[in-house]
Amino acid sequence: MTTEIHDPLADTDVAGRVDELEVAVGHGSLPDDAPPAAYRLKSRPRELAEVILPPLVVGAAFLGLWYFISYGLLDANRRFLLHPPHEVWQVGFADWDNFSEILLSLWSSTRVAMIGLAISIVLGFFLATIMSQAKTVERGIFPFMVMLQAVPILAIVPLISFWFGTGQNSRILVCIIISLFPIIVNTLFGLQSAEKGTHDLFTLHGAGRGTRLRKLMFPAAMPAIFAGLRISAGLSVIGAIVGDFFFGKGKPGIGQLLKQYAAQLQGEELLAAVIMSSALGVAVFLLFGWIQNLAIGRWHDSNS
Amino acid sequence: MGTSAIATKSLEFNGIGMVFPDGTEALKDVSFTVDQGEFVTVVGPSGCGKSTLLKIASGLLKNTSGSVAVDRKRIGYVFQDATLLHWRTVLKNVELFGELHDIPKAERRKLAMEAIELVGLSGFENHYPKSLSGGMKMRASLARTLTLRPPVFLFDEPFGAVDEITREHLNEETQQLFQREGFAGLFITHSISEAVFMSTRVLVMSNRPGRIVAEFEVPFKYPRSPDLRFDPEFARLSGEVSQALRGSH
Repeated sequence: MTTEIHDPLADTDVAGRVDELEVAVGHGSLPDDAPPAAYRLKSRPRELAEVILPPLVVGAAFLGLWYFISYGLLDANRRFLLHPPHEVWQVGFADWDNFSEILLSLWSSTRVAMIGLAISIVLGFFLATIMSQAKTVERGIFPFMVMLQAVPILAIVPLISFWFGTGQNSRILVCIIISLFPIIVNTLFGLQSAEKGTHDLFTLHGAGRGTRLRKLMFPAAMPAIFAGLRISAGLSVIGAIVGDFFFGKGKPGIGQLLKQYAAQLQGEELLAAVIMSSALGVAVFLLFGWIQNLAIGRWHDSNS
Repeated sequence: MGTSAIATKSLEFNGIGMVFPDGTEALKDVSFTVDQGEFVTVVGPSGCGKSTLLKIASGLLKNTSGSVAVDRKRIGYVFQDATLLHWRTVLKNVELFGELHDIPKAERRKLAMEAIELVGLSGFENHYPKSLSGGMKMRASLARTLTLRPPVFLFDEPFGAVDEITREHLNEETQQLFQREGFAGLFITHSISEAVFMSTRVLVMSNRPGRIVAEFEVPFKYPRSPDLRFDPEFARLSGEVSQALRGSH
Protein backbone atom coordinates (compact mmCIF):
# COMPACT_ATOMS: atom_id res chain seq x y z
CA MET A 1 0.00 0.00 0.00
CA THR A 2 2.41 2.74 1.07
CA THR A 3 5.22 1.66 -1.20
CA GLU A 4 5.27 4.74 -3.38
CA ILE A 5 8.33 6.31 -1.88
CA HIS A 6 10.08 9.08 -3.71
CA ASP A 7 11.18 10.85 -0.63
CA PRO A 8 14.88 11.35 0.09
CA LEU A 9 14.27 11.04 3.82
CA ALA A 10 13.26 7.47 4.17
CA ASP A 11 13.59 3.88 3.29
CA THR A 12 11.14 2.84 5.98
CA ASP A 13 7.38 3.10 6.01
CA VAL A 14 5.60 6.41 5.77
CA ALA A 15 4.83 6.73 9.44
CA GLY A 16 8.34 6.12 10.68
CA ARG A 17 9.53 8.78 8.32
CA VAL A 18 7.05 11.34 9.56
CA ASP A 19 7.83 10.67 13.17
CA GLU A 20 11.51 11.23 12.58
CA LEU A 21 10.62 14.42 10.84
CA GLU A 22 8.43 15.63 13.64
CA VAL A 23 11.22 15.14 16.10
CA ALA A 24 13.73 16.79 13.81
CA VAL A 25 11.52 19.78 13.21
CA GLY A 26 10.94 20.03 16.92
CA HIS A 27 7.17 19.80 16.96
CA GLY A 28 5.36 17.77 19.55
CA SER A 29 6.92 15.69 22.27
CA LEU A 30 9.34 12.84 21.77
CA PRO A 31 7.98 9.33 21.28
CA ASP A 32 9.15 8.42 24.77
CA ASP A 33 10.70 10.38 27.56
CA ALA A 34 14.06 8.66 27.57
CA PRO A 35 16.16 11.70 26.66
CA PRO A 36 14.78 13.95 29.42
CA ALA A 37 15.22 11.13 31.95
CA ALA A 38 18.84 10.67 30.91
CA TYR A 39 19.39 14.38 31.28
CA ARG A 40 17.94 14.29 34.75
CA LEU A 41 20.21 11.40 35.72
CA LYS A 42 23.30 13.22 34.63
CA SER A 43 22.66 16.13 36.96
CA ARG A 44 21.36 14.05 39.85
CA PRO A 45 24.03 14.64 42.53
CA ARG A 46 23.81 18.37 42.14
CA GLU A 47 20.05 18.36 42.04
CA LEU A 48 19.98 16.17 45.14
CA ALA A 49 22.11 18.69 47.01
CA GLU A 50 19.82 21.47 45.88
CA VAL A 51 16.83 19.58 47.19
CA ILE A 52 18.24 18.35 50.48
CA LEU A 53 20.48 21.18 51.60
CA PRO A 54 17.89 23.93 52.19
CA PRO A 55 15.68 21.94 54.59
CA LEU A 56 18.80 20.68 56.40
CA VAL A 57 19.97 24.24 56.98
CA VAL A 58 16.54 25.36 58.21
CA GLY A 59 16.29 22.26 60.43
CA ALA A 60 19.68 22.96 61.98
CA ALA A 61 18.74 26.59 62.58
CA PHE A 62 15.53 25.43 64.24
CA LEU A 63 17.43 23.10 66.60
CA GLY A 64 19.85 25.94 67.36
CA LEU A 65 16.98 28.24 68.29
CA TRP A 66 15.47 25.48 70.43
CA TYR A 67 18.76 25.04 72.35
CA PHE A 68 19.09 28.77 72.71
CA ILE A 69 15.63 29.04 74.31
CA SER A 70 16.22 26.07 76.59
CA TYR A 71 19.63 27.15 77.83
CA GLY A 72 19.90 30.82 77.00
CA LEU A 73 16.47 32.16 77.90
CA LEU A 74 15.19 29.74 80.53
CA ASP A 75 16.71 29.36 84.01
CA ALA A 76 17.46 25.86 85.20
CA ASN A 77 14.32 25.82 87.37
CA ARG A 78 12.10 26.90 84.48
CA ARG A 79 13.69 24.62 81.93
CA PHE A 80 10.76 22.19 82.26
CA LEU A 81 8.84 24.58 79.96
CA LEU A 82 11.03 23.60 77.05
CA HIS A 83 13.37 20.70 77.51
CA PRO A 84 16.32 20.76 75.14
CA PRO A 85 16.19 18.43 72.10
CA HIS A 86 18.54 15.76 73.44
CA GLU A 87 16.47 15.36 76.61
CA VAL A 88 13.32 15.00 74.56
CA TRP A 89 15.13 12.36 72.56
CA GLN A 90 16.41 10.50 75.66
CA VAL A 91 13.13 10.49 77.55
CA GLY A 92 10.55 10.46 74.76
CA PHE A 93 12.19 8.31 72.10
CA ALA A 94 15.16 6.38 73.50
CA ASP A 95 13.27 5.19 76.60
CA TRP A 96 11.34 2.25 75.21
CA ASP A 97 8.66 2.29 77.94
CA ASN A 98 7.71 5.84 77.09
CA PHE A 99 8.12 5.49 73.36
CA SER A 100 6.05 2.30 73.17
CA GLU A 101 3.31 4.05 75.13
CA ILE A 102 3.28 6.82 72.53
CA LEU A 103 3.36 4.33 69.64
CA LEU A 104 0.46 2.30 71.05
CA SER A 105 -1.75 5.37 71.47
CA LEU A 106 -0.72 6.58 68.07
CA TRP A 107 -1.71 3.26 66.55
CA SER A 108 -5.10 3.42 68.23
CA SER A 109 -5.67 6.91 66.78
CA THR A 110 -4.39 5.81 63.38
CA ARG A 111 -6.99 3.06 63.28
CA VAL A 112 -9.74 5.53 64.16
CA ALA A 113 -8.50 7.89 61.45
CA MET A 114 -8.36 5.18 58.81
CA ILE A 115 -11.82 3.82 59.64
CA GLY A 116 -13.20 7.36 59.49
CA LEU A 117 -11.40 8.01 56.22
CA ALA A 118 -12.67 4.76 54.70
CA ILE A 119 -16.26 5.69 55.56
CA SER A 120 -15.70 9.19 54.17
CA ILE A 121 -14.38 7.74 50.92
CA VAL A 122 -17.36 5.45 50.43
CA LEU A 123 -19.84 8.16 51.41
CA GLY A 124 -18.01 10.84 49.44
CA PHE A 125 -17.79 8.76 46.26
CA PHE A 126 -21.46 7.91 46.52
CA LEU A 127 -22.56 11.52 47.05
CA ALA A 128 -20.25 12.91 44.37
CA THR A 129 -21.42 10.30 41.89
CA ILE A 130 -25.11 11.05 42.32
CA MET A 131 -24.33 14.78 42.27
CA SER A 132 -22.51 14.30 38.97
CA GLN A 133 -25.55 12.63 37.44
CA ALA A 134 -28.04 15.42 38.00
CA LYS A 135 -27.52 19.13 38.48
CA THR A 136 -30.61 19.24 40.71
CA VAL A 137 -29.08 16.78 43.15
CA GLU A 138 -25.85 18.79 43.16
CA ARG A 139 -27.72 21.99 43.90
CA GLY A 140 -29.69 20.26 46.65
CA ILE A 141 -26.78 18.67 48.48
CA PHE A 142 -23.89 21.05 47.97
CA PRO A 143 -24.94 23.90 50.33
CA PHE A 144 -25.27 21.46 53.19
CA MET A 145 -21.86 20.00 52.50
CA VAL A 146 -20.43 23.51 52.69
CA MET A 147 -22.26 24.04 55.99
CA LEU A 148 -20.92 20.78 57.36
CA GLN A 149 -17.45 21.87 56.34
CA ALA A 150 -17.88 25.28 57.94
CA VAL A 151 -18.87 23.93 61.36
CA PRO A 152 -15.98 24.40 63.78
CA ILE A 153 -15.28 20.89 64.93
CA LEU A 154 -14.83 22.00 68.55
CA ALA A 155 -18.33 23.45 68.51
CA ILE A 156 -20.01 20.16 67.75
CA VAL A 157 -17.86 17.95 69.94
CA PRO A 158 -20.17 18.53 72.96
CA LEU A 159 -23.16 17.74 70.77
CA ILE A 160 -21.55 14.54 69.53
CA SER A 161 -20.75 13.36 73.04
CA PHE A 162 -24.27 14.30 74.09
CA TRP A 163 -25.82 12.18 71.33
CA PHE A 164 -23.37 9.36 70.79
CA GLY A 165 -21.39 9.18 74.02
CA THR A 166 -17.64 9.47 74.26
CA GLY A 167 -16.62 6.12 72.82
CA GLN A 168 -14.90 5.01 69.65
CA ASN A 169 -17.87 5.80 67.39
CA SER A 170 -17.80 9.45 68.35
CA ARG A 171 -14.10 9.67 67.50
CA ILE A 172 -14.79 8.12 64.10
CA LEU A 173 -17.67 10.51 63.53
CA VAL A 174 -15.37 13.50 64.06
CA CYS A 175 -13.00 12.06 61.46
CA ILE A 176 -15.82 11.67 58.96
CA ILE A 177 -17.15 15.19 59.46
CA ILE A 178 -13.74 16.71 59.00
CA SER A 179 -12.59 14.60 56.03
CA LEU A 180 -15.75 14.21 53.96
CA PHE A 181 -15.84 17.58 52.22
CA PRO A 182 -12.54 17.50 50.32
CA ILE A 183 -13.38 14.04 49.01
CA ILE A 184 -16.78 15.12 47.73
CA VAL A 185 -15.55 18.37 46.18
CA ASN A 186 -12.54 16.84 44.46
CA THR A 187 -14.36 13.75 43.26
CA LEU A 188 -17.20 15.85 41.86
CA PHE A 189 -14.76 18.22 40.18
CA GLY A 190 -12.90 15.23 38.74
CA LEU A 191 -16.06 13.56 37.45
CA GLN A 192 -16.93 16.77 35.64
CA SER A 193 -13.45 17.18 34.18
CA ALA A 194 -13.66 14.81 31.19
CA GLU A 195 -13.34 16.81 27.96
CA LYS A 196 -16.49 17.53 26.00
CA GLY A 197 -15.06 15.84 22.91
CA THR A 198 -14.62 12.55 24.75
CA HIS A 199 -18.20 12.79 26.01
CA ASP A 200 -19.31 13.27 22.39
CA LEU A 201 -17.45 10.07 21.44
CA PHE A 202 -19.32 8.10 24.06
CA THR A 203 -22.61 9.64 22.92
CA LEU A 204 -21.89 8.81 19.27
CA HIS A 205 -21.30 5.19 20.10
CA GLY A 206 -24.35 4.79 22.24
CA ALA A 207 -22.76 4.50 25.68
CA GLY A 208 -25.16 4.45 28.63
CA ARG A 209 -24.73 6.17 32.00
CA GLY A 210 -22.98 3.24 33.61
CA THR A 211 -20.46 2.78 30.80
CA ARG A 212 -19.80 6.51 30.67
CA LEU A 213 -19.16 6.62 34.44
CA ARG A 214 -16.95 3.54 34.44
CA LYS A 215 -14.92 4.10 31.30
CA LEU A 216 -14.82 7.89 31.07
CA MET A 217 -15.78 9.91 34.11
CA PHE A 218 -14.14 7.91 36.90
CA PRO A 219 -10.80 7.38 35.12
CA ALA A 220 -10.73 11.06 34.19
CA ALA A 221 -11.46 11.92 37.83
CA MET A 222 -8.58 9.90 39.30
CA PRO A 223 -6.02 12.74 39.59
CA ALA A 224 -8.55 14.98 41.34
CA ILE A 225 -9.73 12.10 43.53
CA PHE A 226 -6.19 11.48 44.73
CA ALA A 227 -5.66 15.17 45.43
CA GLY A 228 -8.76 15.02 47.62
CA LEU A 229 -7.65 11.81 49.32
CA ARG A 230 -4.32 13.31 50.33
CA ILE A 231 -6.02 16.29 51.93
CA SER A 232 -8.67 14.18 53.62
CA ALA A 233 -6.21 11.61 54.94
CA GLY A 234 -4.31 14.35 56.76
CA LEU A 235 -7.51 15.91 58.05
CA SER A 236 -8.75 12.54 59.26
CA VAL A 237 -5.62 12.12 61.38
CA ILE A 238 -6.22 15.55 62.90
CA GLY A 239 -9.86 14.58 63.48
CA ALA A 240 -8.82 11.41 65.29
CA ILE A 241 -6.47 13.33 67.60
CA VAL A 242 -8.93 16.14 68.31
CA GLY A 243 -11.75 13.65 68.88
CA ASP A 244 -9.58 11.57 71.18
CA PHE A 245 -8.68 14.67 73.15
CA PHE A 246 -12.31 15.12 74.15
CA PHE A 247 -13.68 11.59 74.25
CA GLY A 248 -12.32 9.54 77.14
CA LYS A 249 -14.16 6.25 76.83
CA GLY A 250 -12.91 3.25 74.91
CA LYS A 251 -9.33 2.75 73.86
CA PRO A 252 -7.35 5.94 74.58
CA GLY A 253 -5.43 7.38 71.68
CA ILE A 254 -2.75 9.98 71.28
CA GLY A 255 -5.12 12.81 72.26
CA GLN A 256 -5.69 11.35 75.72
CA LEU A 257 -1.99 10.77 76.11
CA LEU A 258 -1.16 14.37 75.18
CA LYS A 259 -3.69 15.55 77.75
CA GLN A 260 -2.18 13.32 80.42
CA TYR A 261 1.39 14.42 79.68
CA ALA A 262 0.37 18.07 79.81
CA ALA A 263 -1.46 17.61 83.11
CA GLN A 264 1.53 15.88 84.70
CA LEU A 265 4.09 18.34 83.29
CA GLN A 266 5.90 15.55 81.42
CA GLY A 267 7.40 17.99 78.95
CA GLU A 268 9.79 15.60 77.21
CA GLU A 269 7.09 13.02 76.55
CA LEU A 270 4.64 15.71 75.54
CA LEU A 271 7.02 17.05 72.88
CA ALA A 272 7.83 13.55 71.68
CA ALA A 273 4.12 12.78 71.33
CA VAL A 274 3.54 16.01 69.38
CA ILE A 275 6.42 15.20 67.04
CA MET A 276 5.09 11.68 66.49
CA SER A 277 1.57 12.99 65.80
CA SER A 278 2.92 15.26 63.14
CA ALA A 279 5.06 12.42 61.77
CA LEU A 280 1.89 10.36 61.44
CA GLY A 281 0.27 13.12 59.37
CA VAL A 282 3.34 13.29 57.12
CA ALA A 283 3.44 9.50 56.77
CA VAL A 284 -0.20 9.34 55.75
CA PHE A 285 0.32 12.13 53.21
CA LEU A 286 3.32 10.33 51.72
CA LEU A 287 1.49 7.00 51.72
CA PHE A 288 -1.32 8.39 49.61
CA GLY A 289 1.14 10.11 47.31
CA TRP A 290 2.81 6.75 46.80
CA ILE A 291 -0.49 5.00 46.11
CA GLN A 292 -1.37 7.79 43.67
CA ASN A 293 1.86 7.30 41.81
CA LEU A 294 1.25 3.55 41.60
CA ALA A 295 -2.30 4.04 40.37
CA ILE A 296 -2.00 6.83 37.84
CA GLY A 297 1.68 7.72 37.59
CA ARG A 298 2.10 5.97 34.26
CA TRP A 299 -0.28 8.23 32.40
CA HIS A 300 -0.60 11.33 34.56
CA ASP A 301 2.13 13.89 35.19
CA SER A 302 1.53 14.45 38.87
CA ASN A 303 3.09 17.49 40.45
CA SER A 304 4.50 15.67 43.45
CA MET B 1 -22.58 -6.20 4.23
CA GLY B 2 -24.89 -6.28 1.21
CA THR B 3 -25.92 -3.14 -0.59
CA SER B 4 -29.38 -2.09 0.44
CA ALA B 5 -31.95 0.21 -1.11
CA ILE B 6 -29.84 3.31 -0.43
CA ALA B 7 -27.51 1.96 -3.13
CA THR B 8 -24.84 4.63 -3.47
CA LYS B 9 -26.13 7.60 -1.52
CA SER B 10 -24.42 7.24 1.85
CA LEU B 11 -25.16 10.67 3.24
CA GLU B 12 -27.81 13.11 2.14
CA PHE B 13 -28.53 16.60 3.44
CA ASN B 14 -31.88 17.99 2.43
CA GLY B 15 -32.56 21.68 3.05
CA ILE B 16 -30.73 21.70 6.35
CA GLY B 17 -31.21 24.78 8.50
CA MET B 18 -29.86 25.35 11.97
CA VAL B 19 -30.83 28.12 14.33
CA PHE B 20 -29.31 27.92 17.80
CA PRO B 21 -31.41 28.68 20.89
CA ASP B 22 -29.65 32.04 21.23
CA GLY B 23 -30.93 33.03 17.80
CA THR B 24 -27.75 32.65 15.70
CA GLU B 25 -28.48 31.12 12.37
CA ALA B 26 -25.62 28.77 11.60
CA LEU B 27 -26.85 26.99 8.47
CA LYS B 28 -29.41 27.86 5.83
CA ASP B 29 -30.89 25.51 3.28
CA VAL B 30 -27.90 23.22 2.83
CA SER B 31 -28.49 20.36 0.42
CA PHE B 32 -25.99 17.92 -1.01
CA THR B 33 -25.21 14.24 -1.07
CA VAL B 34 -22.09 12.19 -0.56
CA ASP B 35 -22.07 8.92 -2.43
CA GLN B 36 -20.19 5.83 -1.49
CA GLY B 37 -16.62 6.11 -2.79
CA GLU B 38 -16.83 9.90 -2.85
CA PHE B 39 -14.63 12.21 -0.83
CA VAL B 40 -16.35 15.56 -0.43
CA THR B 41 -14.68 18.50 1.26
CA VAL B 42 -16.43 21.58 2.55
CA VAL B 43 -14.26 24.69 2.75
CA GLY B 44 -15.39 27.91 4.32
CA PRO B 45 -14.37 30.81 6.54
CA SER B 46 -14.07 30.01 10.22
CA GLY B 47 -17.30 30.19 12.13
CA CYS B 48 -19.43 29.57 9.04
CA GLY B 49 -21.10 26.48 10.44
CA LYS B 50 -18.98 23.77 8.80
CA SER B 51 -18.52 21.83 12.03
CA THR B 52 -22.21 22.23 12.84
CA LEU B 53 -22.96 20.37 9.63
CA LEU B 54 -20.95 17.35 10.81
CA LYS B 55 -22.55 17.43 14.26
CA ILE B 56 -25.93 17.31 12.55
CA ALA B 57 -24.84 14.47 10.26
CA SER B 58 -23.68 12.43 13.25
CA GLY B 59 -26.71 13.21 15.37
CA LEU B 60 -24.81 15.11 18.07
CA LEU B 61 -26.94 18.14 17.16
CA LYS B 62 -30.52 18.22 15.99
CA ASN B 63 -31.14 20.39 12.93
CA THR B 64 -34.01 22.88 13.18
CA SER B 65 -35.19 22.37 9.61
CA GLY B 66 -34.64 19.98 6.72
CA SER B 67 -33.63 16.35 6.98
CA VAL B 68 -30.55 14.11 7.00
CA ALA B 69 -30.44 10.60 5.62
CA VAL B 70 -27.52 8.51 6.90
CA ASP B 71 -26.91 5.23 8.65
CA ARG B 72 -25.55 6.28 12.04
CA LYS B 73 -24.88 2.84 13.42
CA ARG B 74 -21.18 2.80 12.61
CA ILE B 75 -20.54 6.36 11.62
CA GLY B 76 -16.90 7.43 11.73
CA TYR B 77 -16.22 10.85 13.18
CA VAL B 78 -12.73 12.27 13.60
CA PHE B 79 -12.63 15.42 15.70
CA GLN B 80 -10.37 18.43 15.54
CA ASP B 81 -8.65 17.19 18.70
CA ALA B 82 -7.44 13.63 18.96
CA THR B 83 -9.69 13.18 22.05
CA LEU B 84 -7.69 10.21 23.29
CA LEU B 85 -8.30 8.93 26.81
CA HIS B 86 -5.13 9.83 28.71
CA TRP B 87 -5.31 6.80 31.00
CA ARG B 88 -5.32 4.30 28.16
CA THR B 89 -2.43 3.16 26.03
CA VAL B 90 -2.62 3.59 22.26
CA LEU B 91 -3.87 0.03 21.90
CA LYS B 92 -6.56 0.42 24.56
CA ASN B 93 -7.61 3.74 23.07
CA VAL B 94 -7.99 2.20 19.63
CA GLU B 95 -10.01 -0.64 21.17
CA LEU B 96 -12.49 1.75 22.78
CA PHE B 97 -15.16 1.79 20.08
CA GLY B 98 -15.06 -1.98 19.89
CA GLU B 99 -15.78 -2.04 23.61
CA LEU B 100 -18.65 0.40 23.28
CA HIS B 101 -20.15 -1.70 20.50
CA ASP B 102 -19.71 -4.94 22.48
CA ILE B 103 -17.38 -6.52 19.96
CA PRO B 104 -15.78 -9.62 21.57
CA LYS B 105 -12.35 -9.03 23.05
CA ALA B 106 -10.34 -11.16 20.65
CA GLU B 107 -11.94 -9.62 17.60
CA ARG B 108 -11.60 -6.03 18.74
CA ARG B 109 -7.95 -6.64 19.59
CA LYS B 110 -7.42 -7.92 16.07
CA LEU B 111 -9.27 -4.95 14.54
CA ALA B 112 -7.25 -2.55 16.69
CA MET B 113 -3.91 -4.07 15.73
CA GLU B 114 -4.83 -3.89 12.05
CA ALA B 115 -5.91 -0.27 12.32
CA ILE B 116 -2.74 0.65 14.22
CA GLU B 117 -0.66 -0.89 11.49
CA LEU B 118 -2.69 0.88 8.82
CA VAL B 119 -1.94 4.32 10.29
CA GLY B 120 1.71 3.41 10.88
CA LEU B 121 1.70 3.38 14.67
CA SER B 122 3.01 -0.17 15.06
CA GLY B 123 5.47 -0.31 17.94
CA PHE B 124 3.62 2.39 19.87
CA GLU B 125 0.76 0.17 21.09
CA ASN B 126 1.78 0.43 24.72
CA HIS B 127 2.58 4.13 24.78
CA TYR B 128 0.39 6.54 26.69
CA PRO B 129 -0.90 9.63 24.87
CA LYS B 130 1.31 11.96 26.92
CA SER B 131 4.38 10.55 25.17
CA LEU B 132 3.02 10.97 21.63
CA SER B 133 3.51 13.92 19.27
CA GLY B 134 0.50 15.79 17.89
CA GLY B 135 0.67 13.94 14.58
CA MET B 136 0.88 10.56 16.29
CA LYS B 137 -2.10 11.36 18.49
CA MET B 138 -4.09 12.17 15.36
CA ARG B 139 -3.04 8.85 13.82
CA ALA B 140 -4.23 7.02 16.93
CA SER B 141 -7.54 8.86 16.66
CA LEU B 142 -7.82 7.82 13.00
CA ALA B 143 -7.02 4.22 13.87
CA ARG B 144 -9.69 4.23 16.59
CA THR B 145 -12.29 5.30 14.03
CA LEU B 146 -11.03 2.80 11.45
CA THR B 147 -11.70 -0.17 13.75
CA LEU B 148 -15.42 0.15 13.05
CA ARG B 149 -14.86 0.09 9.26
CA PRO B 150 -17.32 2.97 8.97
CA PRO B 151 -19.15 3.31 5.66
CA VAL B 152 -19.42 7.06 6.32
CA PHE B 153 -16.40 8.98 7.56
CA LEU B 154 -16.72 12.52 8.92
CA PHE B 155 -13.56 14.59 9.41
CA ASP B 156 -13.77 17.83 11.35
CA GLU B 157 -10.56 19.72 10.50
CA PRO B 158 -8.53 16.85 11.93
CA PHE B 159 -5.14 18.13 10.81
CA GLY B 160 -5.57 21.79 11.72
CA ALA B 161 -3.34 21.59 14.76
CA VAL B 162 -0.32 19.77 13.30
CA ASP B 163 2.58 21.34 11.45
CA GLU B 164 2.63 21.70 7.67
CA ILE B 165 4.97 18.78 6.95
CA THR B 166 3.06 16.34 9.12
CA ARG B 167 -0.16 17.62 7.66
CA GLU B 168 0.89 16.84 4.12
CA HIS B 169 1.84 13.32 5.11
CA LEU B 170 -1.44 12.81 6.91
CA ASN B 171 -3.31 14.08 3.82
CA GLU B 172 -1.54 11.53 1.69
CA GLU B 173 -2.25 8.72 4.12
CA THR B 174 -5.89 9.66 4.53
CA GLN B 175 -6.20 9.57 0.78
CA GLN B 176 -4.70 6.07 0.78
CA LEU B 177 -7.12 4.96 3.50
CA PHE B 178 -10.00 6.35 1.47
CA GLN B 179 -8.93 4.38 -1.58
CA ARG B 180 -8.47 1.23 0.41
CA GLU B 181 -11.66 1.40 2.47
CA GLY B 182 -13.94 2.98 -0.12
CA PHE B 183 -16.00 4.88 2.46
CA ALA B 184 -18.04 7.99 1.80
CA GLY B 185 -15.92 10.81 3.18
CA LEU B 186 -17.02 14.25 4.30
CA PHE B 187 -14.09 16.44 5.20
CA ILE B 188 -14.14 19.91 6.74
CA THR B 189 -11.20 22.26 6.43
CA HIS B 190 -10.24 25.83 5.69
CA SER B 191 -7.14 24.82 3.77
CA ILE B 192 -7.83 24.98 0.03
CA SER B 193 -4.81 22.90 -0.93
CA GLU B 194 -5.82 20.17 1.51
CA ALA B 195 -9.33 20.21 0.09
CA VAL B 196 -8.29 19.96 -3.56
CA PHE B 197 -5.58 17.41 -2.88
CA MET B 198 -7.81 14.85 -1.20
CA SER B 199 -11.30 15.27 -2.60
CA THR B 200 -13.37 14.13 -5.50
CA ARG B 201 -15.54 17.22 -4.97
CA VAL B 202 -15.06 20.54 -3.15
CA LEU B 203 -17.97 22.56 -1.80
CA VAL B 204 -17.56 26.19 -0.79
CA MET B 205 -19.58 27.47 2.11
CA SER B 206 -20.48 31.11 2.72
CA ASN B 207 -20.18 33.12 5.89
CA ARG B 208 -22.84 32.64 8.55
CA PRO B 209 -25.52 31.56 7.90
CA GLY B 210 -23.64 28.89 5.98
CA ARG B 211 -24.88 28.04 2.51
CA ILE B 212 -23.22 26.08 -0.27
CA VAL B 213 -22.27 28.75 -2.82
CA ALA B 214 -20.02 26.87 -5.21
CA GLU B 215 -19.15 23.32 -6.19
CA PHE B 216 -16.05 22.00 -7.96
CA GLU B 217 -15.36 18.56 -9.36
CA VAL B 218 -11.75 17.51 -8.83
CA PRO B 219 -10.69 15.47 -11.85
CA PHE B 220 -7.33 14.08 -10.67
CA LYS B 221 -6.92 10.32 -10.49
CA TYR B 222 -6.02 8.45 -7.31
CA PRO B 223 -3.46 7.73 -6.01
CA ARG B 224 -2.39 11.34 -6.01
CA SER B 225 1.26 12.07 -5.45
CA PRO B 226 2.35 15.00 -3.23
CA ASP B 227 3.85 16.57 -6.35
CA LEU B 228 0.33 17.12 -7.63
CA ARG B 229 0.34 20.27 -5.53
CA PHE B 230 2.75 21.82 -8.02
CA ASP B 231 0.71 20.86 -11.09
CA PRO B 232 -0.62 23.89 -13.06
CA GLU B 233 -4.07 22.33 -13.23
CA PHE B 234 -4.03 21.93 -9.43
CA ALA B 235 -3.08 25.59 -9.08
CA ARG B 236 -5.82 26.71 -11.45
CA LEU B 237 -8.48 24.74 -9.56
CA SER B 238 -7.22 25.97 -6.21
CA GLY B 239 -7.40 29.51 -7.55
CA GLU B 240 -11.01 29.05 -8.57
CA VAL B 241 -11.94 27.65 -5.15
CA SER B 242 -10.14 30.55 -3.52
CA GLN B 243 -12.02 33.05 -5.64
CA ALA B 244 -15.34 31.44 -4.81
CA LEU B 245 -14.40 31.56 -1.16
CA ARG B 246 -13.57 35.28 -1.32
CA GLY B 247 -16.72 36.01 -3.26
CA SER B 248 -18.81 34.21 -0.68
CA HIS B 249 -18.85 36.96 1.93
